[in-house]
Amino acid sequence: MSAARFRPGDPVRVRRSDPPGHIRTPSYIRGKPGVIERLCGRFGNPEELAYNRTGSVLPLYRVRFAQRTVWPDYRGGDGDSIDVEIFEHWLEPA
Amino acid sequence: MSHDHSPSGPHDHDHEHPTLPDRAEEIGYHQRLGEAVRALLIEKGVLTADEVRRQIEKMDSRSPAIGARVVARAWSDPAFKARLLADGTAACRELGIEMGATNLVVVENEPAAHNLIVCTLCSCYPRALLGLPPDWYKSRDYRARAVREPRAVLAEFGTVLPAGTAVRVHDSTADMRYLVLPLRPAGTEALDEAALAALVTRDSMIGVAPARAP
Repeated sequence: MSAARFRPGDPVRVRRSDPPGHIRTPSYIRGKPGVIERLCGRFGNPEELAYNRTGSVLPLYRVRFAQRTVWPDYRGGDGDSIDVEIFEHWLEPA
Repeated sequence: MSHDHSPSGPHDHDHEHPTLPDRAEEIGYHQRLGEAVRALLIEKGVLTADEVRRQIEKMDSRSPAIGARVVARAWSDPAFKARLLADGTAACRELGIEMGATNLVVVENEPAAHNLIVCTLCSCYPRALLGLPPDWYKSRDYRARAVREPRAVLAEFGTVLPAGTAVRVHDSTADMRYLVLPLRPAGTEALDEAALAALVTRDSMIGVAPARAP
């Protein structure tokens, strides 16, 4: 099993991609920069599980995003954040 | 003899009975699919109808009282609270509560930070601790707006936060489930765990409201 690629505090960016199938990376967060909050563990890839395929078990992270970087017209404080669980293959270093 | 099917006794059929449909509403595609899959699983001997019924009974027996017990313990026992925040799944197991296939992340409200839980993709919810989610939690409105304008959503629930309080939204998109540890209300120093648990509402553990005042 390969080591997790990212550690808490690492800046990352969610891949901007729109593949077909069962994807658990919400559209609103694709392309956005955030910071690794924690490694949640390794879990089956939902993109395969949805089609009854097993095999890859991937690192899953919680990534924290500043709301102002997610929504340009966000109404709220600078400290407002949103955490999203994202599988490793959807993240790239930022 | 005439058959007896009316409380007023036997009668002859010289009139029409109005017929009512067994199902008042059209059933949708997914309900039809679900029923078909269930029937097939039972027919092929993968599951029995009684196993399905027992699982539904088990799901329906869970309620926010379970989560309230966890919160009240955390308010009363700082060492348990530390373990709960570090590893929610393991801390719940101490109380005999099993999370099943998912892991629990507990997020703590602080005077300067308020947490809110949503699942934008579907309706992921800490069912082991709170039972079935309320309808509004599953609505498209809540799911879309809780991430985009959480302060407006909170205000509609009657929770108006000072501008200086950060709002932390948690979108349950994969294998984690979230529970908010609400702020312990003032004036509860003398209360025992059972009395504290009575102040912990479902909505306070989703994060749309504070815990009840004593």
